[in-house]
Amino acid sequence: MQKIEAVNDFVVKFANINGSGSASANELFARAILRMGVPVSPRNIFPSNIQGLPTWFEVRVTEHGYLGRRGGVDMMVAMNPQTWDQDVREIDPGGYLFYDSSKAVPRSRLRDDIHVIGMPVTEICNDSYSDARERQLLKNILYIGALAQLLEIDSTEIEKLFSEQYHGKEKLLDANVKALNLGREYARQHLKPVALKVERRDAVGDKVFVDGNSAAALGCVYGGATVCAWYPITPSSSVAEAFMRYAQKLRVDPDTGQRRYAIVQAEDELASIGMVIGAGWNGARSFTATSGPGISLMTEFIGLAYFAEIPAVLINVQRGGPSTGMPTRTQQADILACAYASHGDTRHVLLFPEDPYECFEMSAQALDLAERLQTPIFVMTDLDIGMNQRLCRPFAWDDSQQYDRGKVMTREALDAGTDFGRYLDVDGDGIPYRTYPGTHPTKGGYFTRGSTKNAYAGYSEAGADYIYNMQRLLRKFETAKSLVPLPVLTAAKYPARFAAVYYGSTSPAMHEALDALAEQGIYINALRIRAFPFQNEIADFIAAHSKVFVLEQNLDGQLTTLLINEAGVNPASLIRVLHYDGTPITARFITREIAERVSRINVRPLREGMVA
Amino acid sequence: MTYIAKPKLHHPSLTKNRVGFTRRDYEGKISTLCAGCGHDSISAAIIQACWELDIEPHRVAKLSGIGCSSKTPDYFLGNSHGFNTVHGRMPSVLTGAYLANRELIYLGVSGDGDSASIGLGQFAHVMRRGVNMTYIVENNGVYGLTKGQFSATADKGSKSKRGQVNNDAPIDLVTLALVMGATFVGRGFSGDKTQLVPLIKSALAHQGAAVIDVLSPCLAFNNHTGSTKSYDYVREHNEAVNRLDFWPPREEITADYGEGEVTDVRQHDGSVVRLRKLHADYDPTDRIRAMSYIQEHAARGEVVTGLLYVDVDSRDLHRQLGTVEQPLNTLGAGQLCPGTTALQKINASLR
Repeated sequence: MQKIEAVNDFVVKFANINGSGSASANELFARAILRMGVPVSPRNIFPSNIQGLPTWFEVRVTEHGYLGRRGGVDMMVAMNPQTWDQDVREIDPGGYLFYDSSKAVPRSRLRDDIHVIGMPVTEICNDSYSDARERQLLKNILYIGALAQLLEIDSTEIEKLFSEQYHGKEKLLDANVKALNLGREYARQHLKPVALKVERRDAVGDKVFVDGNSAAALGCVYGGATVCAWYPITPSSSVAEAFMRYAQKLRVDPDTGQRRYAIVQAEDELASIGMVIGAGWNGARSFTATSGPGISLMTEFIGLAYFAEIPAVLINVQRGGPSTGMPTRTQQADILACAYASHGDTRHVLLFPEDPYECFEMSAQALDLAERLQTPIFVMTDLDIGMNQRLCRPFAWDDSQQYDRGKVMTREALDAGTDFGRYLDVDGDGIPYRTYPGTHPTKGGYFTRGSTKNAYAGYSEAGADYIYNMQRLLRKFETAKSLVPLPVLTAAKYPARFAAVYYGSTSPAMHEALDALAEQGIYINALRIRAFPFQNEIADFIAAHSKVFVLEQNLDGQLTTLLINEAGVNPASLIRVLHYDGTPITARFITREIAERVSRINVRPLREGMVA
Repeated sequence: MTYIAKPKLHHPSLTKNRVGFTRRDYEGKISTLCAGCGHDSISAAIIQACWELDIEPHRVAKLSGIGCSSKTPDYFLGNSHGFNTVHGRMPSVLTGAYLANRELIYLGVSGDGDSASIGLGQFAHVMRRGVNMTYIVENNGVYGLTKGQFSATADKGSKSKRGQVNNDAPIDLVTLALVMGATFVGRGFSGDKTQLVPLIKSALAHQGAAVIDVLSPCLAFNNHTGSTKSYDYVREHNEAVNRLDFWPPREEITADYGEGEVTDVRQHDGSVVRLRKLHADYDPTDRIRAMSYIQEHAARGEVVTGLLYVDVDSRDLHRQLGTVEQPLNTLGAGQLCPGTTALQKINASLR
């Protein structure tokens, strides 16, 4: 029988039951490999449930640092009888099935093209422990011990992780080390070796291992957010929770113990965006974190912030839609809902982070942009980036950097007789000046409203006033182009007539796919879009290629629509490549789809050195 | 359309208050509401209260929702920043503004449609949180701007101008505010300025969620026979539990009081509300009793007005959250950004 052999390049998938403590054990497995200098990319595939439903944890071991989901499973750790058949089916031929053999499994429910490794995990656990909770939790550690033995993971790294985690809790530490060794010892004595190995490397470098939601929260701390208002919704809740955690550490006055931030868990998303807008109006940097259904609820307020020109930052951790959709699955399906949120003619600035590093960077930047442009800014992350730990560049900050508080007219300027028109375009960039409430006893006060007004904030339904205002908003959106992050080009090794456009969490799978396609002789120039409004570079890039694949994780090709609408690109040149089943897009999918389409366009894959 | 009376007759010498402003400095744009609208009387009461309290106009932030009532902030305190937000959601915007700068005085103005119908949720939640504000509901039981539909405070059995009978049970915002934890609850009548002005002054001095439900008859759509929000009806059924006099901090109480029991309520800022009891058994510091009293009288068709409840030990949201004294909107990068060294430590912890 064929045997999958691999060193530092394979996928292990754990099938568990939600709420059984498996998540932390599986994370331990991933971290131990990371500590051996080998990059990993784990993904938690979980149900909208607290206890009892199936949950999976997929660990991709990838010496090359390909952090996207690869697709396929080399080893399945099947610990959940509910999903047994589906889990067994998923293993690649020649792969491995590790299962709990305490209860016999009939041959009919196995496969002959995979290697089956049975270990009586429950039995060993029950013989060794009497306490029910201990049995449940240490069972997970037991199989991690066995896997460490089979895959040659250095158990001293695991023990080190234990001692970091259970620092000062010696009893727990000892129990975990004991269970780990129990598992290792059983595997050493009874299990046949496998051909998947982890070997120590130095491929991780100074990278950090963190989830995008924590990173976005930290970005808000660094970016100077002082007000956070939110309403719990998967998969965004951990943004606000991480902000709370970081702020408690980093934002407390050392002398008084008082907080330099305020967090309110609102009664719903309407209230949370209302609070953010109230704070923004009053000159504090504020943000909310939400997901699709929250955005739907917020749209009226988003229109108010757009039209009354109030800074606000929304971190949208996208999940599968529409409606309640797939709350614990990932998609990029809120692009249009956010770009045009609210009734009337509105357009909003969107940022597309590719990983936790950019979640940090763009969340901080969004706070600057919101005040500079006096408008809502959306950070369009998703569940795949937000809730999974991802290896990325270490966070960086420039201490000399000042916050851009935008155009704020001061008391001094008002005293000096400066003409103040709240909605007056004095600089030609469409951005007017604002005053904070309470600035001056007799000057600079104005009435903010969602209804139409003239340049001096006076109520007006006059057509000329309305048109002046709308044209100014268009100019402002044009100005935004020069402020938002530029796209990033990955040029093919050889001149290419095909191109690809992608964004957000598709990034790591795309990079891997580009390598794979190049190996097949398909060369593609790839442009990663990092923001809306689209800069002219994007339209130029698309115009320079006969066919452009647009990679998206939604059904409708929402970014494609936006490119056609807003960048004026030729729709005929765009080919949608869409992945929308709720799982993260994979390199295998991209490679297959693009290769197929390239051959369908009747261009044979060419040998290296020639142009596709 | 009404033109707020601005003749110098009212204050011929244009008396200045202690912070150097005349009463006219507290006025706003000319009202666009109907002549005789109760809301204009409330605006006038707000102007009077702020002038008498020596509040610098720009230290007040006025926020409102949508509707006739919510237009009124344009008609008083013209030098203050105002924010006409979205329908029923003023409380959240006010909460955010208050989080950003705890030093301003927050005045929320809303109506019965804005607060009891579309905005019932935000009305209830803002009371729970102890946001330091004065929340005035200009309550006329009817939608004015859309021409005469019932609102959620319209009494069951009351008649619309077109003769329709309201079958839905009314929402009593005063009772709701008490249940939800407001720490200052009053009810007034736009036709009784001597009661309303000290009520507003006491509410502005209160540290916490202060709400005043002001019955404010709508002349255009709800002032007919069969309405329970008309001038005549409210006058006939008004049961004031007390008369108020407000004394700012450190000011000697000089007025002469006649017969009748007097209670002094001292608030956080040192101000004193002197209450002349009109009902011997009414105690405005007893929340539970206040609720049953209001309900008992409502069952008899009476409208209880006055200072209905005050908690002198109230704590506002900033104190609950433990935020710094300095307004959050004035903190700079030096106070907010933890810097590179801290970031390197965080990076190290993530490996």
